[in-house]
Amino acid sequence: MIAIIDYGMGNLRSIHNALAKVGGNPVIVSDSNALLDADADAVVIPGVGSFGDAMRNLTPFSDRLFDLVDSGTPLLGICIGMQVLFERSEESDAAGFGLLEGDVIRLPDGVKIPQMGWNELTIRSDTDLLAGINDGDFFYFVHSYYCVPEDERVIAATTDYGVDMAAVVEKDNIHAVQFHPEKSSKKGLKILKNFVEMVKC
Amino acid sequence: MLAKRIIPCLDCDLGVPHGRVVKGVQFKQIRYAGIPWELAEEYDRQGADELIFLDITASHERRETMAKVIEKTSENVFMPLTVGGGIRALADARTAFNSGADKVSVNTAALKNPDLINDIAKYFGNQACVLAIDAKRRYGREPGREMVDTPDGECWFECSFYGGREFTGIDAIQWAIEAEERGAGDIMLTSMDRDGTKDGFDIELTKAVSDSVNIPVIASGGCGNPEHILEVLRDTNASAALAASIFHFGEYTVGEVKECLRKGGVHVRM
Repeated sequence: MIAIIDYGMGNLRSIHNALAKVGGNPVIVSDSNALLDADADAVVIPGVGSFGDAMRNLTPFSDRLFDLVDSGTPLLGICIGMQVLFERSEESDAAGFGLLEGDVIRLPDGVKIPQMGWNELTIRSDTDLLAGINDGDFFYFVHSYYCVPEDERVIAATTDYGVDMAAVVEKDNIHAVQFHPEKSSKKGLKILKNFVEMVKC
Repeated sequence: MLAKRIIPCLDCDLGVPHGRVVKGVQFKQIRYAGIPWELAEEYDRQGADELIFLDITASHERRETMAKVIEKTSENVFMPLTVGGGIRALADARTAFNSGADKVSVNTAALKNPDLINDIAKYFGNQACVLAIDAKRRYGREPGREMVDTPDGECWFECSFYGGREFTGIDAIQWAIEAEERGAGDIMLTSMDRDGTKDGFDIELTKAVSDSVNIPVIASGGCGNPEHILEVLRDTNASAALAASIFHFGEYTVGEVKECLRKGGVHVRM
């Protein structure tokens, strides 16, 4: 089963429905003991709320989360769920999980903030997660901050919004997307299907 | 580059079991158009970027019916969903989000209690709060108003509430600016002069508001054909266009509209 971590900040129905739609077996997990008992084949950190609130509510899950990641369990971070995987964010004093090296910084002046709407991907590496996704495919973004990985090689795809930013980051079993695949219609479902298939292998 | 959004609007009559989509003309006569989630799935297939569900009866007691409509829709439709009409308090917004909505739009309740915008933005994020403005032209200079030149003379724009039945005396441009300061994430701007007429969007209104705020403006009211959408997205700073009847009654598909926009040089998701 795929554990969707519910850190108490809003609607998880869309991500749950989307994973079920593409053949996954999602379960919403609301506390760290449940995550321990859940025997998760994969973990999804969904994207709702701000960095500080998310970290405060996610901290109880951290030990179990680190164990799962260390043991090779596939992890998918979405939007703020991507940003918390990095070391720190300009949005908050709270430390991130630091599973990926780098910072989260505010979108540049001169563009409307938040970025809200459909934007195109430029693909850098043809990973399993991006199978069937092409340069120029659109995904739905809602965010005010973006991730700057220290090691550029983890960036699998970028998007351009005043700055060319990391839109998909992958390192070993850690996968993260700045956009919302569960709100990105067919192409978003394709990415979630790719993730579900990764879990089944 | 961010694409301009095409947003079909589903005006929902929740007075029947499961609700139904209807279309009024200038806020009055009603025609029946279909079952909400079936239309939503069809618009997804056609390439809509976002959907708005409006409870046209703005009925507090029927918010559970709207929640069911959204729950049902979100099983098969994976794009941003906005719920409007009948959102009077934070609890109504929470019901909508729990059913699968991504945003709520507020109009009357925000005019009566502007702090509602701050509260929704604080608890659910700026992106979750859409301010709907229903604006009507008022010709003739008045002190303290944002005056706009139009081919028909100088006018200001007055906000209405209660579904267009009452007027507030509030200047629409000033209200849009205040809403942005309070944390609204989108302005859904409907021209009452054009709504239901199919004569095209109110370009002067859309231009004036989208030049006054930094948040996205969704142009609404008056769409009769794809060229109207091209005109408003090309000639103003609107980020999105909303239309209802041209889609509901099968006159045009979303795909046809986007093809027209692409040919006209507007960046859209194909």
